[in-house]
Amino acid sequence: MSLFFRYYVGCTLLLLFATLAFGVLSSFAFLYPELYNHYLPFYQLHPMHVSAALFWIISGATACIIYYMREVFVLQNAPGKAVNGFICLWTGTIFVIFGFYALKKFGGREYWEFPPFLSIPLLGSWLLFIGNYFMSWRKARDRKPLYVLMWSTGVTFFLITFIEQNLWQIPWFRESLLRDMTVQWKANGSMVGAWNQMLYGTSLYIMVKISGDKSIAENKKVLFFYFLSITNLMFNWGHHIYNLPVNSWVRHVSYIISMTEWIFLISIIRGFKAKLEERQKMRHLLSYKFLIASEFWLYANLGLAIMMSIPAINRYTHGTHITVAHAMGSTIGINTMILLAGIGYMLGVDTLTAEKKKIITSGYYLTQVSLVIFWLSLIVAGLIKGYRNTVLNMTNFQEMMVPVSKILKIFSIAGIGVFAGLTPVVWVYIRAIGNLTTTTTTNK
Amino acid sequence: MMTRIIFICEQRHKIGISLKILLSLIEMVNRILTLLLIAFSCYSLWVYLYCDEKRIAPDAIASRGWKIWQEKNCQSCHQVYGLGGYMGPDLTNIAALRTEQHLRTFIKYGTGKMPNFQLSDDEVNNLVAWLIWVNKTGKAKVPASAVHWTGTYNIERQE
Repeated sequence: MSLFFRYYVGCTLLLLFATLAFGVLSSFAFLYPELYNHYLPFYQLHPMHVSAALFWIISGATACIIYYMREVFVLQNAPGKAVNGFICLWTGTIFVIFGFYALKKFGGREYWEFPPFLSIPLLGSWLLFIGNYFMSWRKARDRKPLYVLMWSTGVTFFLITFIEQNLWQIPWFRESLLRDMTVQWKANGSMVGAWNQMLYGTSLYIMVKISGDKSIAENKKVLFFYFLSITNLMFNWGHHIYNLPVNSWVRHVSYIISMTEWIFLISIIRGFKAKLEERQKMRHLLSYKFLIASEFWLYANLGLAIMMSIPAINRYTHGTHITVAHAMGSTIGINTMILLAGIGYMLGVDTLTAEKKKIITSGYYLTQVSLVIFWLSLIVAGLIKGYRNTVLNMTNFQEMMVPVSKILKIFSIAGIGVFAGLTPVVWVYIRAIGNLTTTTTTNK
Repeated sequence: MMTRIIFICEQRHKIGISLKILLSLIEMVNRILTLLLIAFSCYSLWVYLYCDEKRIAPDAIASRGWKIWQEKNCQSCHQVYGLGGYMGPDLTNIAALRTEQHLRTFIKYGTGKMPNFQLSDDEVNNLVAWLIWVNKTGKAKVPASAVHWTGTYNIERQE
């Protein structure tokens, strides 16, 4: 692969490291603001952490697509100018964004807190990426596997939702706070669905490669679940804004669509035994280990998401740390694990020396244990806050947060565990980038 | 020879059927996708136009306050309608709970936890105007009486 692509994979992995480092710093800045306010205040660290996480996921997803589409579409040449242009513009803009954060210059909305004009180069780079993707897709003979459909859906909906989440820059949208917030969270909610399509497509492709069974991506059941997930992507975003006094139909539509998630959950539970047997066969593969971890976190977060999608329950959980548990559980547990499987498979981590494999395995187990504590402590903190805020109706915020802060100390320590678990994995992966000289012949 | 010809014909017939099934499947996928995309576009437009029919537009001062809210990244620590950060309180209805003077002092000087952003008096006034406007748009907390037996709730904006 080209030097540009190797640089891109390196940047992507560094973004994961930045996410973890800023995350640990943010959690302590949250607990002890008096110590941080002068040099690294929470309001500066938080966007650094969130944007790094966001860009890690999107950059990782695109890196996997750029790499694996060459195999799927049987492309002979190295990635062209459009891909290199995307890589330069995308990573260049990310560096500029972090420069603005370092200077405490903000101006955007949640998750995208950088000055809004920086959305223009991001949009331009995405157009280069999507243009190249569909040009390759058009030339390809084999367009039917589900993972190709998922990638196509993901890259298209990312473009749509990225534009939609910038609509607030048109004055008409700001004439109503409720409309502005509804559209913003509609876009954010659907964007998560869009990157999930890109990631689940990659996960499915790797599953097919590891097992050698093409039917995994071509049967009617997976096609049904694809349509169900795309329906959820389009219409199941309302749980973010249940509390807004907008017209009730917005709430009802999301509530009805979100209840179709029970079908996912029931199907997962029914297929659990088969998964266990499959796991026994392939547990020696590191990439497979990460995929299995992502499935475990999918069960846990899907359960949480279904509960939060019921307005009567959302009334207690909204604005509490249960929302953070869902967001972080999904981004670390599901998205990061799939990306580590996808990038790991690309880098041929299963062919590394026993010593390096041991480092990855130890990091993997430390991350999983820490993430369980991290996730549960956020849920407990959220339950306490929800109870004190909604049931006891406490109005003094500082008083309400006293027991919550104690639980968050456990969360911060578990965060150090996640950092300590994933940093060695990032280090081994970065050192393995040199393996990307040709295609993944070692994995075939 | 005859058996071989029959065999080839059968094979071709089978391939033909498989191709037909495949083509009809692709067609079906395309149709469902098109329908979903149309539904998504219509619903998005409907949301933009009609999700808030009793809208209250901000005046110029409140709009400037909104811009400062974003530039100083207040959303990292504070929530509006339960959306935003977790460090400080939800500010949706803070203007109903505190006096304007109280809000000005808080914003101007910060607290032990909240940094002093070195804002000018004009910037502070803009932010207060924005908070007053936000308060007019509704209540952040959903009353228990609004919960319907189906699990959803109906909330109307209280004037």
